[in-house]
Amino acid sequence: MNDDAMRDEWYPVGLFSQLDRGGRETTLMGAPIKVALDANGAAKVTGEDGRVLPVSVRYGHIWSSLGEPRKPVFPIPEADQPGRRFVDVGVVRVRCSPLRAVENFLDIAHFPFVHTDILGSEPHTEVEDYKVEIREEEDEVWATQVKFYQPQAAKSASGGITTEYMYRVPAPTCSVLYKTCPPRPGEWDVIALFVQPLAEDLCDVWPWMALFDDETPLTDLIHFQQTIFLQDRSILENQIPRLLPLDPGMEIPTRADLTSVAYRRWLKRHNYTYGAQLVAQ
Amino acid sequence: MRLYDYVLSPSCYKVRLMAALSGVKLEIRPVDFHPGAEHRGPELMALNPGGSIPILEDGDLILTESSAMLGYLAAKAAPAWLGSGAPEETARIQQWLSFSHRLTASLGGARLHEMLLRPGDIGALQANGIAALRELEAGLFEQKMRGNRFLACDRPTIADIACFPYVALAPDGGVSLDPYPTIRLWSRALRSLDNFIEMPGIHRLHELKPEPRPCPDEA
Ligand SMILES: N[C@H](CCC(=O)N[C@@H](CS)C(=O)NCC(=O)O)C(=O)O
Ligand SMILES: [Fe+2]
Repeated sequence: MNDDAMRDEWYPVGLFSQLDRGGRETTLMGAPIKVALDANGAAKVTGEDGRVLPVSVRYGHIWSSLGEPRKPVFPIPEADQPGRRFVDVGVVRVRCSPLRAVENFLDIAHFPFVHTDILGSEPHTEVEDYKVEIREEEDEVWATQVKFYQPQAAKSASGGITTEYMYRVPAPTCSVLYKTCPPRPGEWDVIALFVQPLAEDLCDVWPWMALFDDETPLTDLIHFQQTIFLQDRSILENQIPRLLPLDPGMEIPTRADLTSVAYRRWLKRHNYTYGAQLVAQ
Repeated sequence: MRLYDYVLSPSCYKVRLMAALSGVKLEIRPVDFHPGAEHRGPELMALNPGGSIPILEDGDLILTESSAMLGYLAAKAAPAWLGSGAPEETARIQQWLSFSHRLTASLGGARLHEMLLRPGDIGALQANGIAALRELEAGLFEQKMRGNRFLACDRPTIADIACFPYVALAPDGGVSLDPYPTIRLWSRALRSLDNFIEMPGIHRLHELKPEPRPCPDEA
């Protein structure tokens, strides 16, 4: 057993573009930390005792860890693809478990009810069959061939379309989704949710996007994504229990939440339990 | 008419909502309030030295107070929202318009703190918010006793629109609406108005949809 499995993972702790020498005080898994620029303009993260913590700057954000990450921050190859626009959506605090924030992001069945007339609409509530797997080599959860009818799939969409999605969980509190890109068929828009665990029941969520869209002003892209995420926030804050229940035994999967079942199984397998509640049902 | 607007701002939503209810078309100019703090940048500070949004521009009229914007929209397109002009009604409208600033400072401040990490004394913000909600609950209850469903009379006015958004979004700032039954009824009455529009955290009334029928094979 390793209770601290999540300590050795990377977490977002700030936007690089907003960092200055003064820095920002924040919290990582209950521990106060400080994120600032050093004299050379590099990001520096220190713990309460002055201990220098691991640091990495990827995807517009500063990443750190209380432990010793064994791998670099997970790859998002699209972040190096020319022609994309990268959007720092900005932080939103949510009173929920960091794991619940990720699980909600993976669940497509809530679209018509929570993101009504944007990402879903009644009566188009049916989620068709899709594929879920834990990819052993990458050690990631993947859901593919997820198809869903959407009234306004993106800021760049004009009218309803059937969107295809892929979801990835490359780290316990991060998820990356790929969705059909209205202006560029054949490519995928990338929308990521990077979650900073403050406590087991409190998190700062840093959404980030890498889009093919040369026309929409940046502020409109930010507002579109913040609108979506704020709709989720009011749902997330009302979930009971606050922690994500992990059943040490078997679950009975339903089709709509197969990804969630795989995510929970993967968390259990790695002992990623910060923000979880182990319960036999 | 151009509105400098932020989708998550309850003060901006007041203006969007009033425009929708009175059938006025707004030109929306999105402002990167968060994370960009564009409202504190030179272009917007030149328009509004107060450094806040919304800002409403119509020709050479520039308004920086949402209550004035509500009054302007109503006077232009929907004068019934200004009340009948009876002295007591006029006074109540002005009373609640001024009161709405307390909601912005308290419940709005708590929401910015809890949601967008704005520094502040969260305990004091929430306590002031709760005091304001209790006052609103009492005011609405007295109105109900007089046979009025809204703050100034038996029809909605700009005073209701000025108070509604920060109240409805109180839970975003960690303040529950459970203790206020009259506020909840009033909120339902407003949300069921024709041409009502939503914002994130303020939902349309799903309850007003046709009642689900029993499945034929269950009946
Ligand atoms: N002038 C007030 C200001 C409303 C207000 O407080 N707006 C917030 C956004 S919801 C704001 O601009 N705050 C400035 C800041 O927090 O920096 C009104 O129109 O009612
Ligand atoms: Fe959602």
